[in-house]
Amino acid sequence: MALEVGGKTIETDEEGYLVNRDDWSQQVAEAIAVAENLDMTENHWEVVNFLREYYEEYQIAPAVRVLTKAIGKKLGKDKGNSKYLYELFPYGPAKQACKIAGLPKPTGCV
Amino acid sequence: MSDEGGTIKKFMYVNRKAPYGTIYALESLEVVLIGAAFDQDVSLAFVDDGVYQLVKGQNTKGVGMKNFSPTYNALGDYDVNKIYVEKESLDARGLTVDDLLPLKYEDEDDDWAEKDSICVISSAELAKLFDQQDVVFSF
Repeated sequence: MALEVGGKTIETDEEGYLVNRDDWSQQVAEAIAVAENLDMTENHWEVVNFLREYYEEYQIAPAVRVLTKAIGKKLGKDKGNSKYLYELFPYGPAKQACKIAGLPKPTGCV
Repeated sequence: MSDEGGTIKKFMYVNRKAPYGTIYALESLEVVLIGAAFDQDVSLAFVDDGVYQLVKGQNTKGVGMKNFSPTYNALGDYDVNKIYVEKESLDARGLTVDDLLPLKYEDEDDDWAEKDSICVISSAELAKLFDQQDVVFSF
């Protein structure tokens, strides 16, 4: 599979995750979101940016349980719950948001 | 404790090998993170060259492998907070706990106070712990 972004071809795996993490840009993220039928709002970006920071620090994409807890700690209880996160990313906050963030599938995602 | 999940078993992951050169250390860490989803009583033990996995300030540029040591800092987030390091193995390598990553977790039962996850214990104490486990994974 591949994405066309700004005239460039970006390679993805069969599930739509970026093959090369360095290909990521805001534009690429929006293209993945379009493919996922998601309209990126500020709330979506908050989670995507959080995941990128988490990856930067720990070199893994967190499992959904860990993500929920960490978001709650950073952005407040009203955002650190699965209802809120699943409303933003209906196909699973960890999986779908990681895909948009250009990260591998979360570790601990069985 | 929880009825749905059945009985909680004691799982210990024993790490004996240096972090790079073989895939054991990374594989063990991934199994631990994946297994953490099952709410079991998990602990990790680091012995022999396995203690090198936790050394801070790792730089893997020369060996061309990803430095995955920052991921050990995420163990607390995964509620894996019993990390035993064998004292004799540290001593034999001229290491002390100050050479290791300062792994922390937040104690839910103590108003989320930040605590150290690493516990340096003797070989004899470790042997007792092995004895109490339901399942021991050796890497």
